[in-house]
Amino acid sequence: MLSMTAIAVVRLRSLFGVVMLFGIYSLLSALIFVVLDAIDVAFTEAAVGAGVSTVFMLATLVSTGREEKPSRYSPLLPLGVVVVTGAALVWGTLDMPHFGDPGNPVHVHVADRYVQVSPTEVGIPNMVTSVLASYRGYDTMGEVIVIFTALVGVLSLLTIRGHVTVPRHRTTGPDSRPYPVLQVMAMLLIPFILVFALYVQFHGDFGPGGGFQAGVIFASAIILYALTFGLNDAVALVPVWLIRVLAAAGVLIYGGTGVVSMLRGANYLDYDVLAHDPVHGQHYGILIIELGVGITVATVMIGIFFAFVSRAEGSR
Amino acid sequence: MIQDHLAALQVVLPLLAAPLCFLLARQRLLAWLLTTLVSWGCLAISLALWWQVRDGDVIHYAFGGWDAPWGIEYVVDRLNVLVLVIVSGIAAITFPAARCSVEKEVPEDRQGLLYTALLLCLAGLLGITITGDAFNLFVLLEISSLSSYTLISLGRDRRALTASFQYLVMGTIGATFILIGVGILYMLTGTLNMADLAVRLPALGESRAMQTAFGFLIIGVGLKLAMFPLHLWLPNAYAYAPSIVSAFMAATATKVAVYVMVRYLFTIFGPAFSFTEMHVQLLFIPVGLIAVVFTSIVALFQHDIKRMLAYSSVAQIGYMLVGIGLVNVSGLTAALLHVFNHALMKGALFLALGATCYRIGAPLIDNLRGLGKQMPWTMAAFVGGGLSLIGVPLTAGFISKWYLILAAVERGWWPVVVIVVISSLIAVIYIWRVVEAAYLQERPDDAATVTEAPLALLVPTWILVLANFWFGVNPGALTALAGDAASVLFGGYTW
Amino acid sequence: MVFSLFNYWVVIVLMMAGFYTVIASGNLVKKIVGLNIFQTSVFIMYISVGKVIGGTAPIVAANTELYSNPLPHVLILTAIVVGVATTALGLSLIMRIRQAYGTVEESEILDISTREDEAG
Repeated sequence: MLSMTAIAVVRLRSLFGVVMLFGIYSLLSALIFVVLDAIDVAFTEAAVGAGVSTVFMLATLVSTGREEKPSRYSPLLPLGVVVVTGAALVWGTLDMPHFGDPGNPVHVHVADRYVQVSPTEVGIPNMVTSVLASYRGYDTMGEVIVIFTALVGVLSLLTIRGHVTVPRHRTTGPDSRPYPVLQVMAMLLIPFILVFALYVQFHGDFGPGGGFQAGVIFASAIILYALTFGLNDAVALVPVWLIRVLAAAGVLIYGGTGVVSMLRGANYLDYDVLAHDPVHGQHYGILIIELGVGITVATVMIGIFFAFVSRAEGSR
Repeated sequence: MIQDHLAALQVVLPLLAAPLCFLLARQRLLAWLLTTLVSWGCLAISLALWWQVRDGDVIHYAFGGWDAPWGIEYVVDRLNVLVLVIVSGIAAITFPAARCSVEKEVPEDRQGLLYTALLLCLAGLLGITITGDAFNLFVLLEISSLSSYTLISLGRDRRALTASFQYLVMGTIGATFILIGVGILYMLTGTLNMADLAVRLPALGESRAMQTAFGFLIIGVGLKLAMFPLHLWLPNAYAYAPSIVSAFMAATATKVAVYVMVRYLFTIFGPAFSFTEMHVQLLFIPVGLIAVVFTSIVALFQHDIKRMLAYSSVAQIGYMLVGIGLVNVSGLTAALLHVFNHALMKGALFLALGATCYRIGAPLIDNLRGLGKQMPWTMAAFVGGGLSLIGVPLTAGFISKWYLILAAVERGWWPVVVIVVISSLIAVIYIWRVVEAAYLQERPDDAATVTEAPLALLVPTWILVLANFWFGVNPGALTALAGDAASVLFGGYTW
Repeated sequence: MVFSLFNYWVVIVLMMAGFYTVIASGNLVKKIVGLNIFQTSVFIMYISVGKVIGGTAPIVAANTELYSNPLPHVLILTAIVVGVATTALGLSLIMRIRQAYGTVEESEILDISTREDEAG
């Protein structure tokens, strides 16, 4: 099914359809992630791929037009490149360790410690969170910086306009009519989404979830608000200066935690020294940095969405 | 205490300065001051690291206190400290010049963001160089790439936007190829730590999956280092970016990619696998030589001097690939030296062009006519950098080309020697075009009279020009460092 | 034997579909969609590597011994974020390109640029 969707994307010329299919593709891959035991990843892929990315793409289509023109170049050269690359990969797979075998090198080296010792060493049941936030916490800090860089990039390309000359209470979608029913529904839904975001934020130690997923969900609540009530109201709710300050603050919270552990005589991002005993220290450390992740991700997503919609409204 | 944390601070300092700079974005002067101070701090740290590893020690720094391979570690040895010094050194020289040039070329409300992106780019490049973890490298690579796309898109010309987009697409393909390669290596060994990979990969014996991973990594890194014919993104990106960005990126970005290539070939896969089993030199030598000749010729026909220098950069990367492909210690020494020296010369040339743009706008060859009299110091700096690019004796460029020729002679590959000499002659021609326009032609009557560029731009430019001559006359310390690093790499070195 | 590698082959087909879209499509938006598909398929490859048949999600639970490998999950969480960051930046570039050139078709932009380059 996934392959069919992907091939349909290649063939289709209607960009709107392409983007919609991409959303479906993301959801399908999220399902596959669930089957493969990667619940956290599935959660994220559904929120990001099917949610945020698709919304961004749709917002782009508003200002760029929906149809693709036929390419004048022959598709043979790219096809050749692709076939060669694919063949190389297939050739390589013949030697690969077999799918799902518990004796594969990936399961017996390095990962064994995460699985066997992390619940006592880091002290939380969700191993994905302990690897993410502690063992490979520096990667996660890099990921927060990447998303922050994206905000810097988008803001240097597009400007968020708080006061567009569009009447209040209009939707930002292609059809601009007020939708009272939708607005009431949204008002009912948004508090639940926000509560759910907070739950995901602080429950990441025990079940799937964490700062990143929570940030995206939080942002989606604001995006829903912006979609139903218009950009002006949304910007009034979450002003641009707040987005800038919080996005930077999230990164600083994360990085600052590392500096604190350094000042306490341990290596950068070593949470052991944050409390009287290591396991508590790990707990505090993970809680704090997940908060930093959540804040930055939520504000960056909101900021990027605002910037996109400002442009889309400006172009109409 | 602080000396134990230098390795982490090298990257964390600019990384955390970036959000601060973002908060200060509206105070342009403060943002610039912060950026400059941080770049000097980075240079100080990298020099201190050099001091610590000068006798061949290797520094390991475990993030989060988790030892490798469970955690992420930073590793500093004599090979990457060379790259750290050059990247932070170029930053420390170009960032102070940024204010003047950026005020002229970038809208006021974007300047703070530009400084933030510069810091992020610097942090990413330093991080790629210092990290000892294959996946961490991917993350830092994306930090530097995303900030580079941003920096390029801030150019004045609308072609900067398409150049940036083209780079984004090709860069992301490259990064994804690297991700596939790293994924296969992980699948085979269960580890992401480079030192651990280096131990475990040879134990696998002949593995087709490993060969596939090798291919994907070479192509992925090749896209990033603008290996011919994957260089298509580079000329436009450097030509249309703001001047200061061109100067910084041309001098550093591709050098870091060359380092990554060397690290993969020698430390992770090991010379035995890379050269005896995979015969990567059969790719590098022809590709390098074609790049050297072909792009030098293309450079001849450019109106835009920035584009001309960008094509010449692709040619210079060709020299480095040839140096690696010669598979002997002197060849690798030449490649490493050229990484360093090319950063010096391209930094000087692009900064001199930045100073020119400050006064005349677009750096088209016709606009340069008669400038030799009106901007004598700027043009003299350009000529100085140009001499080094050609490889005239007593300049840094001569040293690395000399080693390259020695290495080729050692192999007995005379055609390589001939091609290196020919391409140097082509470089004489394209530098001469500029000299001719600037000194031998009269300034057209309708052209505005301009004065010398401000000191804020001239001083950094001349520091780099003089560095070219300094390292041309006193190459001892540097060649010793590069030579040591090269012989260690060939000696079946593991971290 | 064949079945045990089947997963990887499906991933490769997806990868190549995405890759083809990136390099063959002339429309910039579609290129970005292609990049996303390309990346997502690499994610599936990583996650497949981490699966242990008979294992469960790597969250400690009573009476479970066998867990799937958490490390690829972490890597892919990071990679997804990187992907969305790239997408956002790419799309905002597209909007600016559209404003500057009036089109998002690569060939039309190329024509305009070539004319500009010739003009100097």
